[in-house]
Amino acid sequence: MKLTIRRHQEGKSHDETFDVASLKVTTLLEALYEIKAKLDGTLTFDAGCRSGVCGACAVRVNGRETLACSYKPKDGDRIEPLNYHPVQRDLRVDKTKALETLKKVLSKFSILHSQFSMPHPPLTPEDEATFRLQTDCILCDSCYSACPVLAVNPDFLGPFALTRAWRYLTDPRYQMEESLGDSEPQSSILHSQSSILDTVQTNGIWDCTLCGECTAVCPQHIDPKSDIMQLRGESLKAGYSDPNLSNPGFGTPDFGGGFGFDPNF
Amino acid sequence: MQRIDLLVVGSGGAGLAAALEAASRGAKVAVVTKSLPTQAQTCMAQGGINAALGNVEPDSPEEHVADTLRSAHGLADEAMVRTLCESAPETIAWLDRMLVPFSRVDSLETPHSLQTIAQRRLGGASHPRACYAQDFTGLKILQSLYDRCLEAGVRFHSGLYLLDLITTEDREVLGAEFWDIRAGELRPILARATLLATGGFGGLYHGYSTNAYGASGDGIAAALRAGGVLEDMEFVQFHPTAIRPAAVLISEAARGAGAWLVNEVGERFTDELGPRDVVARAMFEQIAKGHELFLDLRPISEGTLRELLPQELHLARLHAEVDPLQEPIPVMPAVHYTMGGIAVDSTLRIRGLRRAYAAGECSAARIHGANRLGGNSLLEIVVFGRMAAANALDESGSPSQPPSLGNARERIEAIFARPQRFNHYLKRKILGKRLYHDLGIVRDGALIGDALDFIGELESRLGETGLRDRSRAENRDLVELLEYENSLLLARALALAAHKRQESRGAHYRSDHPEESKAWERHIQVKMEDGEVVTC
Repeated sequence: MKLTIRRHQEGKSHDETFDVASLKVTTLLEALYEIKAKLDGTLTFDAGCRSGVCGACAVRVNGRETLACSYKPKDGDRIEPLNYHPVQRDLRVDKTKALETLKKVLSKFSILHSQFSMPHPPLTPEDEATFRLQTDCILCDSCYSACPVLAVNPDFLGPFALTRAWRYLTDPRYQMEESLGDSEPQSSILHSQSSILDTVQTNGIWDCTLCGECTAVCPQHIDPKSDIMQLRGESLKAGYSDPNLSNPGFGTPDFGGGFGFDPNF
Repeated sequence: MQRIDLLVVGSGGAGLAAALEAASRGAKVAVVTKSLPTQAQTCMAQGGINAALGNVEPDSPEEHVADTLRSAHGLADEAMVRTLCESAPETIAWLDRMLVPFSRVDSLETPHSLQTIAQRRLGGASHPRACYAQDFTGLKILQSLYDRCLEAGVRFHSGLYLLDLITTEDREVLGAEFWDIRAGELRPILARATLLATGGFGGLYHGYSTNAYGASGDGIAAALRAGGVLEDMEFVQFHPTAIRPAAVLISEAARGAGAWLVNEVGERFTDELGPRDVVARAMFEQIAKGHELFLDLRPISEGTLRELLPQELHLARLHAEVDPLQEPIPVMPAVHYTMGGIAVDSTLRIRGLRRAYAAGECSAARIHGANRLGGNSLLEIVVFGRMAAANALDESGSPSQPPSLGNARERIEAIFARPQRFNHYLKRKILGKRLYHDLGIVRDGALIGDALDFIGELESRLGETGLRDRSRAENRDLVELLEYENSLLLARALALAAHKRQESRGAHYRSDHPEESKAWERHIQVKMEDGEVVTC
């Protein structure tokens, strides 16, 4: 079995093919370790839990994001680092910028300082179910790497941050003591949570093309596309509008379906 | 150089709970990790976190204390256990405020916010006491704490590998020396107090451990080198069902739901629902007789399997190439948790050092004793992570002496200068196999003696166990060699303690001393004396 790995060393990139026929491997991660132990000690990659929950080992195989620990390699596979992340060395990338997106959607206000003043209602199983899947996220960055919007807009918040925005928007415990103005709540979501909606308007939900690549590659079967559509619906209900609609000659009218602009439909 | 209030090493549950506690007290705190925040063992914890909420049936902290003490086989400190168990309900309330998405149940009355949190029974518990979030309890606690840390403005330093603690002549800890993996250079960080939350050392049993690759006990080894004391190093918990040979965990929930443990001729040989150490020993006996062992999920209906164990079905197909609906999964017992670690006093200050604290699996806080109760490790990291941070921030005054000259630079340069005659990637595998055999589920004096000889051999070859990667920046070869050296140091500590304990207690079973002995109802400590690892 031969595996081709996109190498990046000392500023230069090239493909290198390794014959791993003699090595005993079941997962791609084991193959990478066997190559490092026996064939090339300089091969550089990240790894952690080996069981698909730490998010460290995401790479692209034949152009598709996958966790190296959860993938069985096949002859001829081509392994590359994640997209839209600066490559540090070989398959190891700098995730700093992608992880910064979380800070943008999270509250600017620390819950720590208000914890004693806000008793929140007890959650029901139904409450918890609304963000169960979203909280399975392991921060592997696969969805970020698969998102084509980042090729044209590097400031796009990206799928996992938007999923997290939806996760907190739907959590009745997430309240912020912020000045909220006088307007009446316009959606089912607590008005005090509307600052989340505010943060996802720019470089956020309206920039998404709803292509669904994020959903297709998520190892935890999370559906960021659906979460983004939900955020759009809540935004419209809260009085925000799709900026693409005010741009003549681009986009289609929103007929009130609540999901906003969707070039795929 | 600027001195921060609290340096937290490790970004798992203990580290993040500590950082949040420190931030809420207005302290300047930094969290350092060798990987990225949330890439920690905590994410693998599935079962739950214990608290006597009594949501499913009546329960009390008193019973939680009793269960924990029973499991510890005489080696827990009742006052510490009491602190842990009595803090548990308030800790769940805190996690709820930190927006952890616990699984919920309906409640008939107008409930208090904690009363809808679902609880299940784990092994050794007298009541359903473990609060959970499906099978992702650790992951969801960790991710929630991380989000709150970001909101609270906690500073994270990723990709810094802990080399050594920075100390004064009289063992006052002033911070730590790190290797900046990305830049390939030393990076000291000074702090008024230092908290180690660096995890356990189950990774020593490489190839025979359910732990992550990086579970090499870096903080424990650094504490030992700095003059700190270790304790209970001989107590290593084995989980009965890891996929063979990948050593990937199949959750205990499988046996709870009715799965059978069988040998290659299909015979059952033990009560599958017994305590982990008892089941693991029964498996060991079978293996010693030449049997191969399997976990048969077929007694469980397909619907239940798909509902309850979807991850396990996937993992068995991936790692063992079997469809568990059709045939049994090959399994073996594998190292799962290390009870021992850095000895701490009742304030979680490291014994033998000043201004330094430890919390979580890296510590031996006299909670787990000879055997850990399921659901207590997640509890420990949150309760003691916060408590250690609070106590560490109470440290006042300035260090009395300047830092002693460390040897971190010399150590790194010496490694780069070594010949590459022995390959540490191969050596760590061999070490793992030897430890599994000689310091495994069933031990005896002669086997442990063999292990000590073998460890000595590996130590003597370190001078020729060099690097193939000559790069300074982004050198994983170097990081993993440093991890291997820590593993070797802790393997010696573990073997010495296991050799000394001439009895059987909890997870430590000696076939040459099969009985529990009153004379050994005490802790064995390990420290460095004149460069040698010694027990006391």
